[in-house]
Amino acid sequence: MSATAQTIDRISPETNLFESILELIRRTSTILPDDVVRAVTGARKNEVEGSNADVALNVIGCNIGLARDSSLPLCQDTGTILFYVHTPAGYDQLAFEEIATEAVRAATKKGFLRQNSVDSITGKNTGDNTGPGSPVFHFHQWREPHVEVKLMLKGGGCENMNAQYSLPHPDLGGRDLKGVENAILDCVLQAQGQGCGPGILGVCIGGDRGTGYGSAKEQLLRMLDDTNPDPVLAELESRVVEKANQSGIGPMGFGGKTTLLACKIGKLNRLPASFFVSIAYMCWAYRRRGATLDMSGSVTEWLY
Amino acid sequence: MALVKLTTPIDEATIRSLHVGDTVAITGRLYTGRDAVHHRIHTGTRPPVDLKGQIIYHCGPVMVKEGDQWVCKAAGPTTSSREEPYQWEVMRDYGIRGVIGKGGMGEKTLAACREHGAVYLHAIGGAAQVCAASIKRVDGVDWMDLGSPEAIWHLWVEDFMAIVTMDAHGQSLHKNVFEDSKARLDAMKA
Repeated sequence: MSATAQTIDRISPETNLFESILELIRRTSTILPDDVVRAVTGARKNEVEGSNADVALNVIGCNIGLARDSSLPLCQDTGTILFYVHTPAGYDQLAFEEIATEAVRAATKKGFLRQNSVDSITGKNTGDNTGPGSPVFHFHQWREPHVEVKLMLKGGGCENMNAQYSLPHPDLGGRDLKGVENAILDCVLQAQGQGCGPGILGVCIGGDRGTGYGSAKEQLLRMLDDTNPDPVLAELESRVVEKANQSGIGPMGFGGKTTLLACKIGKLNRLPASFFVSIAYMCWAYRRRGATLDMSGSVTEWLY
Repeated sequence: MALVKLTTPIDEATIRSLHVGDTVAITGRLYTGRDAVHHRIHTGTRPPVDLKGQIIYHCGPVMVKEGDQWVCKAAGPTTSSREEPYQWEVMRDYGIRGVIGKGGMGEKTLAACREHGAVYLHAIGGAAQVCAASIKRVDGVDWMDLGSPEAIWHLWVEDFMAIVTMDAHGQSLHKNVFEDSKARLDAMKA
């Protein structure tokens, strides 16, 4: 009886949640995570001093510092607002969504987010980043007693460079690791500098077209320096990065040695008839942060 | 390769003296213009400002109104390839001498640069604060009905840095890097 009663009593986020989410948005838009900063600054030593690639990475480094010190957006395109939220069973996700949406409105007013939500037919900008499909919430329940929220801001320039391949493909190969590798590197070739490289790839092998793209994006929640627990995928990840960095595309497509900072690959089961390779291209301004929250909505730990 | 100081409006001879690889530092007026602005001009509406000798900046800035004054909070370049269907026409009809953006543009724009005397200038994508630091004032705005990121913002810049990646001599760094990287990746194919 008591167990039933417990699941019926919904847990409501308290008012601390608004401030926590607003601060999460501010941090995500203005302070690049440490693992990304390390990768970007580490890349510069590989480039020829004074080359366009070197200049680009230097400007990027300055920009990271300026944005952090002045608490202003790293990039003017504050992108699609993607929340990934884990909550205990019984937690009021509807309330979370309402409060987080209010925090998005406030962050837009403060200039941490650009007015980025446009009606696809009329072209009218809602002016506050809300509307159908904005912001995006992915809710999951889990057995932990606390809430975890991760936020990714993914700019339109890199989102436009995402690609999905259906194998077999006449130029890229069959339904095997070679075909997958060639498809990923074709995406890198087509993107050139347009996705604001050096880029980071999130990849999903398999799934349907929808879950494939969703899962590719979720790969971008991993730490840059982690190791894929699947040795086959781990090897594929390093091979892709190595080859991409020998392509000569370089930062911003200026030419140079740093084309990718990382590649993160996952897999989903597929239908016998389908074999998709879905690739989410992330720019160097790889804005993702997170926090764990207690039941009052206060931050207990910052992630990344 | 050289560092060249440019002051807008720019004359044709100065633009034709630039080459791929040169770095420029721009001082003067810049007008932002991206997807909706180019589409509207393409469908027959005259731009609300005189673009002769000017530079269009492919940029949708973060703008916040503080009192009566617009303040630019972030202003890096947006991807230029989306303006490829329209840019040559704006070069031909309104006499712009350059565009600033990122990612480069295609054959139509390259041909128009050569024919009408214009260049493509590459800013560093994502570097919204470095770019914003050289924007000293926001002097006005037109076509706000398109929404803030799509409007024509009148910016006053000092030493705005960019790299010439397409010049008026038919050269394109983007074309070269694409062809070179395609050959290299083909050779490494699994």
